[in-house]
Amino acid sequence: MYTEKVMEHFKNPRNMGEIPDADGVGTVGNPVCGDLMTIYIKVKDNRLEDIKFKTFGCGSAIATSSMITELAKGKTLEEAMKITRANVADELGGLPPVKMHCSNLAADALHAAIEYYNKKRKAADEVKK
Amino acid sequence: MSTLKRVYMDHAAGKPVDSRVAEAMLPYMKTFYGNPSSLHQFGQEARKALEDARTKIAELVNAERKESIIFTSGATESNNMAIKGVANRNKDRGTRIITSSIEHMSVVNTCKFLTTKGFEAVFLPVDNYGFVKLESLEKELTDKTVLVSIVYANGEIGTIQPMKEISKIVHSKNAYLHVDATAACGQVPIDIKEEGIDLLTISSNGTYGPKGIGALYIKEGIRVEPLLHGGGQERGLRSGTENLPSIVGFGKAAEIAKNEMQPEGERLIRLRDRLIDGLLKPIPYSFLNGHPTRRLPDNVSVRYSFIEGESMLLSLDMMGVAASSGSACTAKTLEPSHVLLAIGLKHEEAHGSLMFTLGRQNTEEEVDYVVSLMPSIVKRLRAISPLTPKELNK
Ligand code: FES
Repeated sequence: MYTEKVMEHFKNPRNMGEIPDADGVGTVGNPVCGDLMTIYIKVKDNRLEDIKFKTFGCGSAIATSSMITELAKGKTLEEAMKITRANVADELGGLPPVKMHCSNLAADALHAAIEYYNKKRKAADEVKK
Repeated sequence: MSTLKRVYMDHAAGKPVDSRVAEAMLPYMKTFYGNPSSLHQFGQEARKALEDARTKIAELVNAERKESIIFTSGATESNNMAIKGVANRNKDRGTRIITSSIEHMSVVNTCKFLTTKGFEAVFLPVDNYGFVKLESLEKELTDKTVLVSIVYANGEIGTIQPMKEISKIVHSKNAYLHVDATAACGQVPIDIKEEGIDLLTISSNGTYGPKGIGALYIKEGIRVEPLLHGGGQERGLRSGTENLPSIVGFGKAAEIAKNEMQPEGERLIRLRDRLIDGLLKPIPYSFLNGHPTRRLPDNVSVRYSFIEGESMLLSLDMMGVAASSGSACTAKTLEPSHVLLAIGLKHEEAHGSLMFTLGRQNTEEEVDYVVSLMPSIVKRLRAISPLTPKELNK
């Protein structure tokens, strides 16, 4: 039911783990089936210098997390915000329809991590002023 | 490089047809193709085979007479026929139907459907082992109850219900007892007379017969409305030309199951307990679903905390092992198994469930192979999960 690409990412997930001193963290739960995904980012010069994930979920949730970290790594924050679930699914050679929501989870977690970082930075800027 | 092992442990989902069964079926496709309703010799040969098969199935469950066995297209039809057929034909006896919260979907959805037709359906709770709560049955059983439908043993958790006790309670109020024995028949002895069962769903594939055929036992004297109307086959209860090759196969499968049940059951129980031990002992935060001993000989249902079932299934499949899970992620509906929720598991606990159902061709070596795979699969997935406590990832 899964493409080879999905299985490959499931077997050898990229960027799996945590970043203890992350600049941004995004955790989202999957309202549909009750799964959980966390994405950690490290930002340098407005770029995603490092990114890692942890996922409690199905094979497709693990593969989409892995894929999105690969897509996002090295991108500017603005570029990373534009990555959609469709991009993730396409890069994986497609997902079964019932599994499309898992790719939502990945995109949402990434965006949440970036938003968290942006908010933190804004707050820090305010303090400086 | 050695070729990958292939280990099938998903027998609750589908069983192979026993080769003796397949052998017995063949002549009924090419040589004895007459219609059992025909008067000529071709028809009469077919009729004899049909009735022989019926006898064998009656013997498997100790039915009082073979005529009480009606052939259907499978367990789903049998469950539909039992529940709708009894309810619709016996409205004068009441419109309340009682069932349990761990039934197969063909019982659940049939009962739900009937609530749109003026019937009332009650889903009894079960305890943490999956035993139907008898106090609740007593409480819910009113004079208006026409039918109680309880699974003999649920295929997901394997828990075998105390049928005799259930039957006593049900009959104290003159309701009928339908029992879905799809997962249990052929594995454990079922005695309709001794256990006091009024209607029994019997599966062919469950006994290593072909798919697409099943039976419903209906005790003499119980009125049932047919689902299918037509030429009046099966005493008018199930019209349609009989699927003779499959019926013959089903009969052969029932005969084999009856003869071999005891030694095979003992063998499976040994394998089952070896697998349960091997899956739980070496791995922390692992649990058994269902009862340790009052369970079907083929059923191994476990769960691991912090990880999800589909990812375990994929990992096993990569190593050639076929199993199943009650995780929401494996369901078309993305809902966790209602059976696992009914025994009190939380959503995330149902998520980490894994089911192995053993069969005739499984060996001790295969059990040991599966046991050897599990620790590293669980460890890897736990390392990926954000829920895993830190100390487990060391
Ligand atoms: S995370 Fe549940 S279906 Fe993918």
